[in-house]
Amino acid sequence: MSAPALRPDLALIAAQVPGGARVLDIGCGDGTLMAALRDAKQTDVRGLEIDPANVAAAIGRGLAVVQGDAEHDIADYPDDSFDIAILSQTLQTSHRPDRIIDQLLRIAPRAFVSFPNFAHWRVRLALLWGGRMPVTRLLPVAWYETPNIHHVTVRDFRDLVREKGIKVEAAWYLSGDKPTSDAAASWRAEHAIFLIARG
Amino acid sequence: MASRLQTDRHNQIALDRPLVLDSGAQLAKPTIAFEAYGTLNAARDNAILICHALTMDQYVASTHPVTGKPGWWSKVVRPGGVIDTDRYHVICANVIGSCLGSSGPASIDPATGSPFAMTFPVVTIGDMVRAQAMLLDQLGIGRLHAVVGGSMGGMQALAWAAHYPDRVDRALVIASAARHSAQNIAFHEVGRQAIMADPDWQGGSYYGSGRVPVKGLSVARMAAHITYLSEAGLTEKFGRQLQDREAKTFGFEADFRIESYLRHQGISFVDRFDANSYLYITRAMDYFDLADPHGGRLADAFRHSPVRFGLVSFDSDWLYPTAESRRIVQALHGAGAQASFVELSSPFGHDAFLLDSPEMWRLIAGFLEAGR
Repeated sequence: MSAPALRPDLALIAAQVPGGARVLDIGCGDGTLMAALRDAKQTDVRGLEIDPANVAAAIGRGLAVVQGDAEHDIADYPDDSFDIAILSQTLQTSHRPDRIIDQLLRIAPRAFVSFPNFAHWRVRLALLWGGRMPVTRLLPVAWYETPNIHHVTVRDFRDLVREKGIKVEAAWYLSGDKPTSDAAASWRAEHAIFLIARG
Repeated sequence: MASRLQTDRHNQIALDRPLVLDSGAQLAKPTIAFEAYGTLNAARDNAILICHALTMDQYVASTHPVTGKPGWWSKVVRPGGVIDTDRYHVICANVIGSCLGSSGPASIDPATGSPFAMTFPVVTIGDMVRAQAMLLDQLGIGRLHAVVGGSMGGMQALAWAAHYPDRVDRALVIASAARHSAQNIAFHEVGRQAIMADPDWQGGSYYGSGRVPVKGLSVARMAAHITYLSEAGLTEKFGRQLQDREAKTFGFEADFRIESYLRHQGISFVDRFDANSYLYITRAMDYFDLADPHGGRLADAFRHSPVRFGLVSFDSDWLYPTAESRRIVQALHGAGAQASFVELSSPFGHDAFLLDSPEMWRLIAGFLEAGR
């Protein structure tokens, strides 16, 4: 069975995870990334997902997935129970993103965090010219029904981890599925992926 | 009254060794009744043990000998089904202490030639599982592809994983808990007291007296049955509808449909269940707490367990609520064990696990197939 194409940010994370690692995928959806990690890297990968239909689908693929809310149920995992935690496209949906980051680095020494960059030029232009909350390719849902309650930019995230004394081991910025440079990321990145580690 | 329960024949074997019980007592060579479906393959790695709930039995997929009804999970366990008997060898054994062929209080005590009644030793969930393990030994089944159970069956599945981690590949625990809560014990005690308060119970020695504690066991069943449902489910099914009448009678007949329904549930239960078995099995459930031997740390019951765990709860189940499943998941995480968990939505309360639930069925099939 050939693996389905991974979303660009997930493909990037999958490529970085070392073989044999113990991984927790938070907000794992139907387990696409988990399955890729298991099949290609023999990682011991577990998942946490809020939507029961997704959980059922992932369990049906033979994955170990627990239904729960990233914000509350991450507390159930003991310290250092994983080598790597993955939080993809979930940070901006949480009530307290800062606390989730603390939890990530409690359960694992390193974590991948990916989020849509709210300072992308399309978003800036939409706000500047339209004066309305942007509805873009990456943020396709109107303000009143978007799950994204804490919009965050590349610079915001850099500031937050600096304040917390968290190390950024690597960062990747994507525009569509193409990489964009560190310097231009604030304007040009649609997606940002950070590999953070305890300071 | 010669109950069908005592005269019916079941597929059963006598264990070849004594069953040493958690209480310290032992049963010399107890009988275990079981049903089996499908064929054990040459590699002997396709066996699935299904553990039944309190008032269920081994007739998971075959016609019940007393009621004539189809097996309690016959939609799930069948050729080509969710638990596919074309591919798996499925075994379901009547628990020790029960009354459909396995040794229990209604069985003859070889020492006296009379039924044990209340001299039958108190058994535990652990004892039920130990007896099943001995049965599998005798059937030549060393390892289980899966152990599956709902409610008390889920407790047995957990106990299997905790006590025989090397004999179980995966454990599927549905609508269950790792311990009996005070509320669970309380409801059971109401049922037991109802049985014991019935003059026909006669201290448990009613076998051969021509009388059985019909009223007591019925009331026990009625009270328990309420705990298997949900308020929303009861309201939807019965509301305040009257039973076969236009107006209230200003008396104490079963005016309401829910009363009539419960009375029927109570009375029909007496035909297929032994009152003393009800006492013993509810006691076994009350004593169940997997964390107890580990100073209250449930995680220690599963430390480095190689078993894959799957847990399912239902949002309207207040008997074994989702929080109990989450507590197990939390412990499994702490133990480093592989756990999956999902809470399914259903209006039907605890009984949801026995009802048609395509969502649960897909999940069971996926969990059992994974990695095969």
